Amino acid sequence: MNLQDYSVSRSSKAARVAAILTAIALLVLIAAPLWAGRADMRLMGELFLYLSLATLWNLMAGYAGLVSVGQQAYVGFGGYMLFALTMLGGLHPLVAIAAAGVLGALISIPVAVLIFRLRGAYFAIGTWVIAEVFRLSFAQISALGGGSGSSLPVAIVKSLASGRSMREALSYWLALGAAVLVVTAVYLFLRSRQGLALTAIRDNELAAGSLGIDIWRTKFIVYVVTSAFTAMIGALIFLQKLRISPDAAFSVNDWTAFVIFIVVIGGIGTIEGPIIGTLVFFALRETLADLGTTYLIVLGVVAIVVMLKAPKGIWGVIRSRYDLQLFPLGYRVKHIGQSKEN
Amino acid sequence: MEWLNAIVQGTLLGGLYALFAAGLSLIFGVMRLVNIAHGDLIVLAAYLGLTVTTATGMHPMAALVIVVPAMALIGYALQRGLLNQTLGDDILPPLLVTFGLSVIIQNGLLEVYTADPQTLNAGALETASVAVGGVSLGILPLLTFGIAIAVIWGLQWTFYHTALGRAFRAVSDNQDIAQLMGLNRRHIFGLAMALALGVTAIAGILLGIRTSFDPSIGGGRLIFGFEAVIIGGLGNLWGTLVGGVILGVAQTIGAKIDPGWQVLAGHIAFLVILAVRPNGLFPRVSG
Repeated sequence: MNLQDYSVSRSSKAARVAAILTAIALLVLIAAPLWAGRADMRLMGELFLYLSLATLWNLMAGYAGLVSVGQQAYVGFGGYMLFALTMLGGLHPLVAIAAAGVLGALISIPVAVLIFRLRGAYFAIGTWVIAEVFRLSFAQISALGGGSGSSLPVAIVKSLASGRSMREALSYWLALGAAVLVVTAVYLFLRSRQGLALTAIRDNELAAGSLGIDIWRTKFIVYVVTSAFTAMIGALIFLQKLRISPDAAFSVNDWTAFVIFIVVIGGIGTIEGPIIGTLVFFALRETLADLGTTYLIVLGVVAIVVMLKAPKGIWGVIRSRYDLQLFPLGYRVKHIGQSKEN
Repeated sequence: MEWLNAIVQGTLLGGLYALFAAGLSLIFGVMRLVNIAHGDLIVLAAYLGLTVTTATGMHPMAALVIVVPAMALIGYALQRGLLNQTLGDDILPPLLVTFGLSVIIQNGLLEVYTADPQTLNAGALETASVAVGGVSLGILPLLTFGIAIAVIWGLQWTFYHTALGRAFRAVSDNQDIAQLMGLNRRHIFGLAMALALGVTAIAGILLGIRTSFDPSIGGGRLIFGFEAVIIGGLGNLWGTLVGGVILGVAQTIGAKIDPGWQVLAGHIAFLVILAVRPNGLFPRVSG
């Protein structure tokens, strides 16, 4: 038993296979405007945006322990910034999306300072209050249509691309790009030094603090970065919808309840979870959406059952059974070669 | 005079918010559970009141005799059947389970009662008023405020002068030792939830008489109750009443400036207090 007989590695065969499959899938998805119909592309675009929101919420709740039920604040804020910056500020939509991210980060700083005073579940409801403040404030701005909202002028939509099919393809690629960017960013972040600190906080806050990790600062960074990305996703969502109103922009059902269900069902605290959850969510929606309210009741019941019976979600069950990690975060110790003693 | 009127009306409105908050405060105090479905349970109570009044022709206040025990029963069943399984060190399960519950109740109500706004018809009680020193006071708001004081006094008395209250305080202080001393904490938690939802039933009926309601308003009621709890200070029932009054006054003054500012002014008052007094005005227990 020599130390040389063991190697420490992050990667595994499954992860390498997954990486290759992901790359192939990505190529197929990028080429979607060539093979997919208009309705399918719209649906996939929406799926990618939900995947982004779910991945971001998972970073906050699953890793930083910041359970927010108010992420619609930033979705709506980003959407409104897109409308305000293009309609009133005359910016190009793509520039406005990036600017929405920056502004989302800026506004999340005072918000974080304030609501980080609340702990646990009270933090959750505090985030909801913030979202309500945003909703009621934007409903007061008459230049953006007040309570009834406004539509994106045709000239601005056309500035994105003149032809309709090109515009739809662009909108699809933006959504796909956003999802890839968010998942990659969260993955790399979790593999970094900061990510290690975050995982330590998740596992034991007291112990992490005693090892010199600045808990407040780490959570603060996560909150601000998540807010910035969420605002950008919000801008993309309303670039697809072309119409915004306070109730739609700051809807707790659309931008938080569904996202929470996705993450819980897929597996909270894992990178794979939100991906599986999004696929399950859209499969359920496409088959059950005709049922209307019953569908939402079913979703609620499924989420409660998963939380009680399999708190790590679908991916948690798969992982504990097959010891899989497709997006490897931790290190593994492997035994290599024949050890001579045995 | 107009401003005095706004302040008086806001104070009375605060009574209703204190009733929203009392149940929330009670269950947090006993089992550190924050129930995201609390607002939807208030709305559920209002709809139960609607069903009872339309089925029997009873006055809504008389319907309390049926709705309060019914909600208490639901509370006990909910706690023992579902919520007890979520309690522990991890805050995620209770939060997400009550969030799921909120969505279920809201859509269940939509299914049964549709999205049409409803009100409870309380006849002359809705419009009756008395004039006191130039300010006209509605009998219903006065009654609501009186009930809020009575309920909080009753809860306070239960907590400090009865065997049940002693059990509540014991499991609140240390669940394991309370268990060793022969208390069944699952049963105690069930009773606490029953009591909390009994109070919620009163709040729901009074809400239904005061304004129209539909299945979607639960979230807003949860937020008002939550704000009253935080302003008053965690674990302090009388503080909750003060919190409710501050919130009510902020809302009526906001509405006086501009009708669109009513709810926003309440939220802003809450955020200001959170900024200057993070633990609320009269904190008792730490979160």
